[in-house]
Amino acid sequence: MLEVKAVTKRYGSITAVDGVSFSAGKGETIGLLGPNGAGKTTTVSMVAGITRPDSGEILIEGQAIRRDTDPVKQRIGLVPQDLALYDELPAIENLRFFAALYDLDGAKAKRAIGEALALVGLSDRAKDRVSTFSGGMKRRLNLAAALLHDPRILLLDEPTVGVDPQSRNAIFENLETLRARGKTLIYTTHYMEEAERLCDRLVVVDHGRVIANDTLHGLYRLLPITNLLLIELADGEGGFPLDEVRSLPEVKSAELDKHALKVGVHDLSTGAPRILQWLVDHGHPYQHVVSERPDLETVFLSLTGRSLRD
Amino acid sequence: MTTAFLAMVRKDLRIFIRDRRALIIGFVAPIAIASFFGFVFSGGIGRTPVSRIKVLFADEDQSSISRDMFAQFESNNSLDVKAASREQAREAVRKGSAPVAVVIPKGFGDQAGRSMFTSSAKPSIGVLYDPSHAPEHGMVQGILTGTVMQAVSREVFGGAGGQKLLEKQREDIEASPTLSPAVKASLLALLGSVQNVQSTPALSGGRGRGGIAMPAEMHEEAVTARADVKYNGYAHSFGGMGVQFVLFLGIDMGISLLLQKQRGLWKRFRAAPVSRWLVLGSRCVSATVISTAIMLMLFAFARAVYGVRIEGSVAGFLVICLAFSLMTGALGLMVAALGKTPEATRGISVLFTLVMVMLGGAWVPTFIFPEWLQRITIAIPTRWAVDGLDGVVWRGYRFTDSLPAVAVLVGFAILFGAIAVNRFGWDEAG
Repeated sequence: MLEVKAVTKRYGSITAVDGVSFSAGKGETIGLLGPNGAGKTTTVSMVAGITRPDSGEILIEGQAIRRDTDPVKQRIGLVPQDLALYDELPAIENLRFFAALYDLDGAKAKRAIGEALALVGLSDRAKDRVSTFSGGMKRRLNLAAALLHDPRILLLDEPTVGVDPQSRNAIFENLETLRARGKTLIYTTHYMEEAERLCDRLVVVDHGRVIANDTLHGLYRLLPITNLLLIELADGEGGFPLDEVRSLPEVKSAELDKHALKVGVHDLSTGAPRILQWLVDHGHPYQHVVSERPDLETVFLSLTGRSLRD
Repeated sequence: MTTAFLAMVRKDLRIFIRDRRALIIGFVAPIAIASFFGFVFSGGIGRTPVSRIKVLFADEDQSSISRDMFAQFESNNSLDVKAASREQAREAVRKGSAPVAVVIPKGFGDQAGRSMFTSSAKPSIGVLYDPSHAPEHGMVQGILTGTVMQAVSREVFGGAGGQKLLEKQREDIEASPTLSPAVKASLLALLGSVQNVQSTPALSGGRGRGGIAMPAEMHEEAVTARADVKYNGYAHSFGGMGVQFVLFLGIDMGISLLLQKQRGLWKRFRAAPVSRWLVLGSRCVSATVISTAIMLMLFAFARAVYGVRIEGSVAGFLVICLAFSLMTGALGLMVAALGKTPEATRGISVLFTLVMVMLGGAWVPTFIFPEWLQRITIAIPTRWAVDGLDGVVWRGYRFTDSLPAVAVLVGFAILFGAIAVNRFGWDEAG
């Protein structure tokens, strides 16, 4: 469906995208994950045909976008990071205008607008000016405007920036519906939980380069630990032998914050009992124990040495 | 493609109509300012007297000639004359409360009469003027020349001191070492004839009717479209202000395009299968439509309220409005193409527009500019727009007379459009 082959884009002396490659199949959701300035938006702009790559190739169902009016563009829908709407106009006039950009008018446009508004749950606000909408409603309308021409690939550039959790959930539900309809979604974000919830595969980008391209499980396998053991000590004040804990064979990492001991282990079933027994044997009783899987934030930190929100 | 083009134009028009600020700037502001300028320059639809030039008259001579001059100044409808001392006159001109002052020095009447026929030293009249009021200075100087000739000759040929003056001049001629005997004889004969006229009341006509006067009377006629059409000052002010505000609108549309480039909307346009020509062309067309509507609304208002009529070709008026609006649309695109950021571009564009408007004669007629500047303004599109509108509105231009202005304005539109297309930054940074 979509193939991005070693694309590079430079702005003067700055290389915004450096040999990025990935692909997406029908109905697949690909997450482009990376901090601000990593090159996600430039990559999306190149896929959308807004910016031409300096080198490399982008194919949409085997065809490249050759010119501004290329019909291949009909197969792509773009949801820009900035709200791309006219506040002064009612929602329906906005959508009528964006439909016309794809040569849709009359009954075809009416039907497409009706379906898009229904999907994002704004049918009852169709005649209201966008300026009267909440941030979340504007985001949903922003999504609807990209769906009018029924694109096969939907490019979503941080579509939930600045919205409340309820609206974010609504957008996720919309996107899950679209995925169920067979749309290919390319979703850029620096929110871990969004990528974890929506994406089948993640392309981790940093400084314009792809540093990992795998499924969520595949990415976890890249980590030296697969589980975290969170132990609340009964008394962790002063003289806790953290280095001794770190030297235990099952322990990959260990940190202490007041009473909270955070221990990384590769094998939970063998590691956890031995660590807990070691604590009791050495006079460090505990009150509470939980285990959890590391998140994508940890994956990114492990891959790049810096936080996603840097 | 047509669907997208029409949608783009329709969208711009809808946004303009819904934007209260744009409507005020587009329609209300030019009407208000044009009405003000029209009132000022036309004397309030002909009811209020045209303002007269204030002139201070310092008569240090107090001779019959200087008093006659003062009386003539007072009777001139173009002047508002007040007596003052030399010092008062100088101070008033310096402070700007009077543009011109005339100082008649002591002994002027005596010297002026004597120098009428001989080369004896001519007296001087002081003219103090405000350098920022050059036109008024020129006008007063002209009136003064005529007044001096009339007052002096009247005194010489028929005034009370005329006989005395002639006797004095006869003595001067006879005593002159430079005049040849033949010239002396001719001048003495001339003086004898003048004395004959003076001594015959029927010939001299009495005071107030003699002297050298203009050899003809002036018949003044303001030349407009036709003899029966009076000049309406609102015609020029509505044209000028229309040009100014339409230009502002063009700049505003250019800035909004720059703003759009910073927003997601621009990405949405570029991601859609529409050409660059469509994006820019539709913007130019919508600007042209709005600008033309503004010009037509302004003149409709001027017609309804101030009686401004299109005395020339209506078709010529329409094509000039269209050509100017097209030029404005293209100018807006050029602004968007050359501008880096909306904020920086706005300031430079407003300055550029004001200069164009001023040099184009939208505020004051271009004839008051120095000649070199008038030559430069030929290269400014607003000059052609203002002159073209003046031409068809009150000078009675035929359709063919309006075509040079139309051609120049369309030429500028093509030039600006070409620059815009070539310099427009299409790529978006990531």
